[in-house]
Amino acid sequence: MLGKGVVGGGGGTKAPKPSFVSYVRPEEIHTNEKEVTEKEVTLHLLPGEQLLCEASTVLKCVQEDSCQRGIYGRLVCTDFKIAFLGDDESALDNDETQFKNKVIGENDITLHCVDQIYGVFDEKKKTLFGQLKKYPEKLIIHCKDLRVFHFCLRYTKEEEVKRIVSGIIHHTQAPKLLKRLFLFSYATAAQNHTATDPKNHAVMFDTLQDWCWELERTKGNMKYKAVSVNEGYKVCERLPAYFVVPTPLPEEDVPRFHGHGIPIWCWSCHSGCAFKMSALPKEQDDGVLQIQKNFLDGIYKTIHRPPYEIVKTEDLSSNFLSLQEIQTAYSKFKQLFLIDNSTEFWDTDIKWFFPAESSSWLDIIRRCLKKAIEIIECLEAQNMNVLLLEENASDLCCLVSSLVQVMMDPHCRTRFGFQSLVQKEWIVGGHCFLDRCNHLRQSDKEEVPVFLLFLDCVWQLVHQHPPAFEFTETYLTVLSDSLYIPIFSTFFFNSPHQKDTNMHQRQLSLPLTQSKSSPKRGFFREETDHLIKNLLGKRISKLINSSEELQDNFREFYDSWRSKPPNYHGLLLPHIEGPEIKVWAQRYLRWIPEAQILGGGRVATLSKLLETMEEVQRLQEKIEERHHSQEALQAEAASLLRTSARLSSLFPFALLQRHSSKPVLPTSGWKALGDEEDLAKREDEFVDLGDV
Amino acid sequence: MSLLRGLLGMELIGRSVRLFLDFQEKPASLGTFFILIDKEVIYICPFNGPIKGRVYITNYRLYLRSLETDSALILDVPLGVISRIEKMGGATSRGENSYGLDITCKDMRNLRFALKQEGHSRRDMFEILTRYAFPLAHSLPIFAFLNEEKFDVDGWMVYNPVEEYRRQGLPNHHWRITFINKCYELCDTYPALLVVPYRASDDDLRRVATFRSRNRIPVLSWIHPENKTVIMRCSQPLVGMSGKRNKDDEKYLDVIRETNRQVNKLTIYDARPNVNAVANKATGGGYESDDAYHNAELFFLDIHNIHVMRESLKKVKDIVYPNVEESHWLSSLESTHWLEHIKLVLTGAIQVADRVSSGKSSVVVHCSDGWDRTAQLTSLAMLMLDSYYRSIEGFEILVQKEWISFGHKFASRIGHGDKNHADADRSPIFLQFVDCVWQMSKQFPTAFEFNERFLIIILDHLYSCRFGTFLYNCESAREKQKVTERTVSLWSLINSNKDKFKNPFYTKEINRVLYPVASMRHLELWVNYYIRWNPRIKQQQPNPVEQRYMELLALRDEYIKRLEELQLANSPKLSDPSTSPSSPSQMMPHVQTHF
Repeated sequence: MLGKGVVGGGGGTKAPKPSFVSYVRPEEIHTNEKEVTEKEVTLHLLPGEQLLCEASTVLKCVQEDSCQRGIYGRLVCTDFKIAFLGDDESALDNDETQFKNKVIGENDITLHCVDQIYGVFDEKKKTLFGQLKKYPEKLIIHCKDLRVFHFCLRYTKEEEVKRIVSGIIHHTQAPKLLKRLFLFSYATAAQNHTATDPKNHAVMFDTLQDWCWELERTKGNMKYKAVSVNEGYKVCERLPAYFVVPTPLPEEDVPRFHGHGIPIWCWSCHSGCAFKMSALPKEQDDGVLQIQKNFLDGIYKTIHRPPYEIVKTEDLSSNFLSLQEIQTAYSKFKQLFLIDNSTEFWDTDIKWFFPAESSSWLDIIRRCLKKAIEIIECLEAQNMNVLLLEENASDLCCLVSSLVQVMMDPHCRTRFGFQSLVQKEWIVGGHCFLDRCNHLRQSDKEEVPVFLLFLDCVWQLVHQHPPAFEFTETYLTVLSDSLYIPIFSTFFFNSPHQKDTNMHQRQLSLPLTQSKSSPKRGFFREETDHLIKNLLGKRISKLINSSEELQDNFREFYDSWRSKPPNYHGLLLPHIEGPEIKVWAQRYLRWIPEAQILGGGRVATLSKLLETMEEVQRLQEKIEERHHSQEALQAEAASLLRTSARLSSLFPFALLQRHSSKPVLPTSGWKALGDEEDLAKREDEFVDLGDV
Repeated sequence: MSLLRGLLGMELIGRSVRLFLDFQEKPASLGTFFILIDKEVIYICPFNGPIKGRVYITNYRLYLRSLETDSALILDVPLGVISRIEKMGGATSRGENSYGLDITCKDMRNLRFALKQEGHSRRDMFEILTRYAFPLAHSLPIFAFLNEEKFDVDGWMVYNPVEEYRRQGLPNHHWRITFINKCYELCDTYPALLVVPYRASDDDLRRVATFRSRNRIPVLSWIHPENKTVIMRCSQPLVGMSGKRNKDDEKYLDVIRETNRQVNKLTIYDARPNVNAVANKATGGGYESDDAYHNAELFFLDIHNIHVMRESLKKVKDIVYPNVEESHWLSSLESTHWLEHIKLVLTGAIQVADRVSSGKSSVVVHCSDGWDRTAQLTSLAMLMLDSYYRSIEGFEILVQKEWISFGHKFASRIGHGDKNHADADRSPIFLQFVDCVWQMSKQFPTAFEFNERFLIIILDHLYSCRFGTFLYNCESAREKQKVTERTVSLWSLINSNKDKFKNPFYTKEINRVLYPVASMRHLELWVNYYIRWNPRIKQQQPNPVEQRYMELLALRDEYIKRLEELQLANSPKLSDPSTSPSSPSQMMPHVQTHF
């Protein structure tokens, strides 16, 4: 009844050149008509979540083995997510669903995760925003986690189309008030059953003790002191309630410029330490300038005298990256992975390197890693302290300082150590997540993926030195996704002050804050923890104590480190040559069925490792049992991955999208060779046909 | 240890055979008897600057040891790797280290040596190098004929065509083994043994040969064990400008098609781009037209010729040696087109494999002569289809069969012992194939028994001339030179040190078809091969994950052993039934199947 619809745009009318080609015709869509009526999937709502609007008989288009398949279902929009409810999981076996994301289903898109919405009108793809005069026949949603959804609305009732399309546009694009964030309604509703994990050891840095502990851990307590001068954010709302400054710094200096111009301690090592400092406000008035100058001179004098000696100042506001550059690069880069269909994938394939490079995203990663190495060289080889300077000390300061710590401090390569680092440098350090992720849709100008850039830099390190980390790339990928899930409050505030005031007003208790530091815990089902937690990594607690000779050259320092086998418990530097900086394939390619390697990819070796790991554990238990009793239990612990020897390279993210083992064949041909044309025309060999 | 001996093993000068061990151990005691050159030079290292060293040249290798205390540099280069030796600077050239030799190698590096400017100090070195790097130009034998290394295993025994065809279930009702080419009179670049349709007589074959370039008729490479579709290889038909037809050829292809009753089409893959195939008509070649071959479908695979591939690899060298392009890495990589060529070769092979695996039809693959692109396509398709070829010995057989026996012109493509570095016949076709294999092993890290070192050692000895394996252009030439009697096989070296070349993650899976994803998003430059000379890029060896896995495996074995011991100690009563089922084999059911 539905399959015989007439395709629009036919006939002799001169249509404008289509900018979007729908590769699926209604007659090509294979649907099981029974599904339409019989399979109703119930909408699962989180505590506090409310249904806003919905539409039925929406067709979700899925690419499968180079043909398109349509699944009928309901499209709903709540105050938390957009969800498609259809019988999509029919072909999935248990192995795959075992690794389901607990919060976000395969067809769920949180409102914050929506990046762009397109409508298809007469085969033309247009960006949708604001009030619509005409409603599209197809809705395409590009997500910030790089998923692409196609919803065909051709068979949906007109008023339902209007309601759902304008609902989705409104709830994802209209500016929002902070207090309207879903996490508040969730917290209120879920208060009773928010479980705190007692095993959570991540340090939150919201008490004086946390800072003292960190000082002690890094042996910085001789020269630095934790201060509570900003308790209750009396001095500055941008600074945390507690922080660490050089011991001789008079506490009364802190409030002079509302915390600006105060060197705030980040981290110490045996040979130096890193500070960050926000720049003083730019003043026109000569008198004020003079006062500022005198103040800074005083500060420098304080930190220049023994035991601080030399301080190298790195001004990250100039001579390094601009936030604008980062944003532009990422917008171009992500576009390479937001692929509408198979044809587009293969059409862009042969020319893929060029746009990937011209986005500069990889080059920006390289520059960040290089900057971190430069700073490490100062700290490690030249025994200098480093002062990172930035206007608000909350973007590139966070990035560079945390990269330095990941490379120098093995504790930061453990799971809790890494979470503590994120907490210290980014959350308490006042990175404006709300603005940088544009969660409230208030200003596009502030949107810059600084934290994502940091994760990508860390990924490069994890990729190059997997045994040095307690976590795997999957952990980082999941972490990057949780930026857009407004259940965890971690990434939804601009500063600890903002969080404290808002959480306080709403009488929220800490449990929520607790769970956010470890968004991973319970995010996947417990078994997957195995995968996320890098079993290769050992608990590392040793502090760096290698003594590097003083070298005045970055290259020399770097080459000398590279010439030795890496010590996974010590200083860890990335390789930054062109071929070494790679695309974070797991994050960027995971939803693209064409890019899926069936039964291959890194997960193939990882699952072998896990298998052996489990076996060794089982054997170990058996040996212990043997010691205790004669009766050996023959309990066969279910192996995590045993039955699924052929995981896809997209595991555990995209569920198996290609069911058959048919190969994917590139559909685009060869491009011109340009100046080699004459060579191409030549014969392989001179064919002498005299004797034929 | 035996490998080390192998690498630095016996070398022969004149008629004397002597064994000498590691140069590092006692270079002074070796005497000039073995060493043709022994002098101090400055090695101009592109990465660490000039290094003073002592160079020793034998008839097999150039060896340099640093004389500087802070540098552990050692160069050990088989002379076979040298493609070109140039003099740099003159006796009056100014500047430091401006006088010396510049050596271009086939393995993506250059070596520059500076010598003292007085007394023609480079002359002997130049002459000796030229003489022994290019023995053919001096009527000298290639080193492989002088090499008297001994190995526990004889690599020449690895490939036996009759056995390999028997493994494939041949001959059968439809396919026979023919000895028509026993003395290479049907086709001098084909092996002696061929598999052809049962219904085609030897006379038919002779008539078909007249219509195929260089008499390379369609013969069987591989047969699917279940659906019985086949991969055939051949050269282009001699259609020419006038569009000649040959009834015998047409009938022959139809006979091939009919070996499978259930399909009514035969698929022909012409590896070339369409335009090149058309252009080939001018020189008498061409492709199978629809009119003449009713029951065949023809597809072009758009793979370029040997000249394009050679230039592409040259560009790769430009961007990786000595310095790696840093911030514009991807665009410079793209400008070499190397990975695009890899993509097209893999795409072609996937198509061939899919056609056969799905049982849609039998496949005939050809390019112009059927010894370059054809060999790439058939061998890669076979690697995807047949898990046997993914084992160490299986891969050796695959190379031996599809490349060596079917006449890939190794001598011309590599230029063993030949001084003509600019020869247009040279081309990295085999390297490209090995690169494709590497790409596959990267995408399927558990599917191959061999590791990266295995592929690299094959490539190293593709040039080294230490083994007879890759010498000469075809089987008939090899037979004439008695290569198997007079030289050692590379597989002897590899198979007597198999552990070194094993991939610990290997999981044997019979009948699993592997389809790599031929997308630029997954293809990468093989850094550990192409950029291996650059100490800044060099990857950790062994790979840390692999190392950790090996440790785990060792731990597992140790526990199994301990458990066994405990069982023995704890259960003196043999009658106790509860202890007997816990033998390691039953306890670890899936371990046994996986390893």
